[in-house]
Amino acid sequence: MSDSLNIQNLHASVENTEILKGLTLEIPKGEVHAIMGPNGSGKSTLAKVLAGHEDYEVTEGTATMDGQDLFDLEIDARSRAGFFLAFQYPNEIPGVSNANFLRAARQARLPKGEEIDAVAFYKEMYAKMDELGMDRKFTGRSVNDGFSGGEKKRNEILQMMVLEPKYAVLDETDSGLDIDALKIVAQGVNAMRSPDRGFVVITHYQRLLDYIVPDVVHVMHDGRIVKTGGKDLALELEEKGYDWITEELVAA
Amino acid sequence: MADAATLEAVSIDQAEGDFSYPEDYEHDAGYGLSEDTIDYISDIKKEAGWIREFRKKALKIFNDKPMPTHWASKDLESIKFQDIRYYLSKGQPTTRNWDEVPDDVKETFERLGIPEKERKYLAGVEAQFDSEAAYSNVKESLTKEGVIFVNSTEGLREHPEIFRKWFGKVIPTGDNKFSALNSAVFSGGSFIYVPPGVKVKHPLQAYFRINAENFGQFERTLIIVDEGAEVTYMEGCTAPKFETATLHSAVVELVAMKDAKIQYITVQNWSNNVFNLVTKRGMAHENAEIRWIDCNIGSRLTMKYPGVIMKGRKARGEVISIALANDGQHQDTGAKMIHAADDTTSNVVAKSISVGTGQSTYRGQVHIPKHLKGCKNNTECDALLINASSKTDTFPAITVKGNQHSTQHEASVSQVSEDQIFYMKQRGLSEAEAMSLSVNGFVNDLVREFPMEYSVELKRLIDMEMEDSVG
Repeated sequence: MSDSLNIQNLHASVENTEILKGLTLEIPKGEVHAIMGPNGSGKSTLAKVLAGHEDYEVTEGTATMDGQDLFDLEIDARSRAGFFLAFQYPNEIPGVSNANFLRAARQARLPKGEEIDAVAFYKEMYAKMDELGMDRKFTGRSVNDGFSGGEKKRNEILQMMVLEPKYAVLDETDSGLDIDALKIVAQGVNAMRSPDRGFVVITHYQRLLDYIVPDVVHVMHDGRIVKTGGKDLALELEEKGYDWITEELVAA
Repeated sequence: MADAATLEAVSIDQAEGDFSYPEDYEHDAGYGLSEDTIDYISDIKKEAGWIREFRKKALKIFNDKPMPTHWASKDLESIKFQDIRYYLSKGQPTTRNWDEVPDDVKETFERLGIPEKERKYLAGVEAQFDSEAAYSNVKESLTKEGVIFVNSTEGLREHPEIFRKWFGKVIPTGDNKFSALNSAVFSGGSFIYVPPGVKVKHPLQAYFRINAENFGQFERTLIIVDEGAEVTYMEGCTAPKFETATLHSAVVELVAMKDAKIQYITVQNWSNNVFNLVTKRGMAHENAEIRWIDCNIGSRLTMKYPGVIMKGRKARGEVISIALANDGQHQDTGAKMIHAADDTTSNVVAKSISVGTGQSTYRGQVHIPKHLKGCKNNTECDALLINASSKTDTFPAITVKGNQHSTQHEASVSQVSEDQIFYMKQRGLSEAEAMSLSVNGFVNDLVREFPMEYSVELKRLIDMEMEDSVG
């Protein structure tokens, strides 16, 4: 019960329209779960609700992270407690350099009055950028400002590597990536896989899962998890499309 | 309306300057303004007859001119000229030695860190306490090169051959109601002369401090930089927060002779009971450059439009301006670029941030007449609104006649987006930290124009303004 990201009977709506309709999902620490599903099934809504986006109202259900109630925490406190969301569309912050932004995020995790060790921080950041094949010039550029789609996604992974979350949700990180960028992003995620960390990989396509091999694959439809299986389920979906699941549901 | 958190943020801002010492003045012109007030000031300063006449003429112009409320804020009508004291001083001569400065005045400037900054990176300092400079010193090496850095009284008395020629020439008394007021009762401010070819490496700094309530500070600054010479001048200002309105109305005139360069940097952080109504203008001769780098964070109402008259061929003028209007504040700022010779170039970059019920206004005037050729102007003004109740207005007036010029104007208004804040909070930053980062990012390219010591200070001031100002 405790060492997992545990979502039970989650209902959430936006402007009085219910999007999540009793979603239940448990990601034990150390595992990678993929969530697949057609457009409009509520995958991105799930990511935003877990992060605490104010446009969404949780009407029923619970979400806990290693036993701690996520909905008890403010957005920033959730992050500091170890929840990370890699955005589908990362925002731009003009005038704020990547280095300063990452440093501020790390500083926010220190006890009040304690100053970050700048030298050690830069050393660590550079090492992680090297892993992702990022140019040093990148530190001085404004966060996501004028970045290509691939650069933005790579930047999300760098932020994740620097913030070292307990649980990370990757919301369609593969969208807009060419195959080389996809491999680099996957390499970053794989390097972070550990018994102390859980991942939720949201994707529309099976392709990403060739590189980030999941332990469990879930299919989401109409705000619920409707099917769960091993990594082969992704291949089956790729082959048959989503329609057979919808049809199966109607038949049942 | 302002919530408690926002009000708190506003008061935090001025916390550093929010202290005062009991009044202990040798000279006090009393309340109200009349010819007697002027005689009182002139007598104390033992001024030449022409200055007394200059003042009295200015008083008449001030009285005759209406308030510019047909275009400016009606809040100007809250200034009660008869409830203000126009001259307050301790009657001690300006000294070159901090140890000779009266204790309370010395402590004031020590709390504001002035002597420390002087030791670290300044070439000269003038510290004005209410109406008169308490301390003024310039590095000996500069004095040997002929650099003059004194207060206005001393400048007019000791060096009339240098200063009288330009005094009141860049900004005529009747330029506006407040330049007339300053011309009538001016006291303090800096008079600087840099001889031909002398490049002053480190900045000269003036610090203006208001200590008394119901008081008006009217410093007068005149900087003349001779052929091929260069100087950077910085001014800072604070006042304690009083219940009643305080008035600050300065006149600053700059003259850059052929090939000279002047950079004038202001960080204005008055408490938010101060009306800050300032006229600033420079005259740039052939191939000279004048840059105004202006940051307005404090005051209740600021009206300030630094200008450059480009009088000689290839002269350049620039205004870089940052304004932050928090609850109850109105920053009415801008620039005036008067092209009066061929091949002159001007550049205006203004950024404003409005928080809570804060209001920022940009007024820009660019004038390029028909008979000239090869003039260029670039104007960019960007406004950032933080809350739904924040306000901004832009009034650009660009008059370009003739077809041998190039002008460019860009303006934008943006709002800190909720999604941007959400993104930053998801990385663990609090709402205030996220806001602060956004705002600092917005002005970042302009903050870089300030010397390092000031850009650090600016960032700190912006951080404090943003803290808790989002409720």
